[in-house]
Amino acid sequence: MRAPRQAVEIVFDHATKRYPGRATPAVDDLSMTIPAGEVCCLVGPSGGGKTTAMKLVNRLVELTSGDIRVDGTSVTALDETELRRGIGYVIQQVGLFPHMTVAENIATVPRLLGWSKRETAQRTDELLDLVDLPARDYRSRYASQISGGERQRVGLARALAADPPLMLMDEPFGALDPITRTRLQNELLRIQRELRKTVIFVTHDIDEAILVGDRIAILREGGVLAQYDTPEQLLAHPADDFVARFVGADRGLKRLSLTRLDELELEPANGAVGPLLDGHTTLRDALSAMLNDGARAVVVDGPDGKRMLTLDRLTELLR
Amino acid sequence: MAAEPVIPDFGEASDCVSENRLFCPDWVRDNWDPVLQPALVEHIKLTAIAVGVGFVLSLGAALLAHRLRYVERPVAIVSAVIYTIPSLALFQLLVPVTGLTVTTVEVALIGYTLLILFRNFLAGLRSTPPEVLEAARGMGLTQNQTLWRVELPLALPAIVAGLRVAVVSTIALATVAAFVVSEGLGGPILGALRLDFRTEIIAAGALAVGLAIVADGLLVLAQRAVTPWASARRVT
Repeated sequence: MRAPRQAVEIVFDHATKRYPGRATPAVDDLSMTIPAGEVCCLVGPSGGGKTTAMKLVNRLVELTSGDIRVDGTSVTALDETELRRGIGYVIQQVGLFPHMTVAENIATVPRLLGWSKRETAQRTDELLDLVDLPARDYRSRYASQISGGERQRVGLARALAADPPLMLMDEPFGALDPITRTRLQNELLRIQRELRKTVIFVTHDIDEAILVGDRIAILREGGVLAQYDTPEQLLAHPADDFVARFVGADRGLKRLSLTRLDELELEPANGAVGPLLDGHTTLRDALSAMLNDGARAVVVDGPDGKRMLTLDRLTELLR
Repeated sequence: MAAEPVIPDFGEASDCVSENRLFCPDWVRDNWDPVLQPALVEHIKLTAIAVGVGFVLSLGAALLAHRLRYVERPVAIVSAVIYTIPSLALFQLLVPVTGLTVTTVEVALIGYTLLILFRNFLAGLRSTPPEVLEAARGMGLTQNQTLWRVELPLALPAIVAGLRVAVVSTIALATVAAFVVSEGLGGPILGALRLDFRTEIIAAGALAVGLAIVADGLLVLAQRAVTPWASARRVT
């Protein structure tokens, strides 16, 4: 087995992309640093240049000016195919090779890199396990023989095949039904906890960005960075009206969805009554449970007895 | 048998043959080795060479047009113009250059395959879905690797489809070669037409039809063998 590779830091340094004949740049003077091992979500309205900004990293789009450094090395200093083989790439339509089996698809980059057959086969099975597709059942199937959600899992496994320190994901779950999407978002979080890659994740869905991102970059029309911050900061202190509108009037509720009951120091219940909830419940769902039951508190049955969260405490938390 | 025949006998013609009935199996049996079998083999050769050379030329042109868009139009126009010339007229045009030879026949037959093959090959090469191309680029496949590992394999169904049409139409068209050289199944057909000998017309004609059906069937089997993914059971 090859040793897992360390995640890398990515620096956008006044990165700019102009297309000839267009008045406004697609990406305008973008500067930000994505720390190693973090998920950075690029969000914004269409025309905000989020996909373009992502493609500047693996040079599917070439910079007009400025620089992007991966682990301290400018992307322009590397041969573009070499650069891309070291970056996992996942797109919304997946783009599995229809004439190859699931295993052959996953083996694409290892084969380009000249891995041995044995090592490649072993890695393929390992990755199918990781994305929760039993290798025995799925290895020899073609893309036409699996569902949309399964295809995106294979797409993710294929991108992870050569253990790249950096992943680019372009609206990977955008074409999936809501149930499959939620399941895959959670799988991604589980995999990310395990692998700690640096990930650039493009989405137009602010809720997805809040769920998946350690940091969120909001781009506005003309490819201008409106705000780059953690989800908490973005929701608590939007930089301007545009960001406030983009994150939505319900940003208070969204902030509540960032925290789960068992992450808080709760007071002992002392016989208080209210809906009984699991410690894994988000504060948003806890509030919803209070409103549903007309209660002023919820009760959690934890390892050290019954504890409660009151409505007053909840409003305090948002301050 | 009262007297010796006055006219020398050119083989014992059966009643069936001398009465020119619709079909005489005994004639076919007697003439398989000297007439029909050699004609069939020649016919296969004529077709194989025409489609083989046509395949190489068309694939080369299609690959070029796939990479350089401006190549498509001139190749498409030239091959379409050739295709519209009636075969007998094309032979007439070629005979002064290449004479009454197999070359004349082959040049014409090859010419007729170009339009079908070039169009099918190019359409096949262009049939790769854009997201598949983007994934290939994004993973770091070079342009050549994308061609050999992705675009060409995905073009196979269109390539074989083009070959099927080309093979069947060349088998049919190669009978006309008899106007130039006595090669292929066109020889017996043309000779029998002049004598109005029905058995030979039917036998040689049936061989041409049978050859076309068998060749087409073989290509279908070949396609299934090289594109297992295309016939994989779909699950959605």
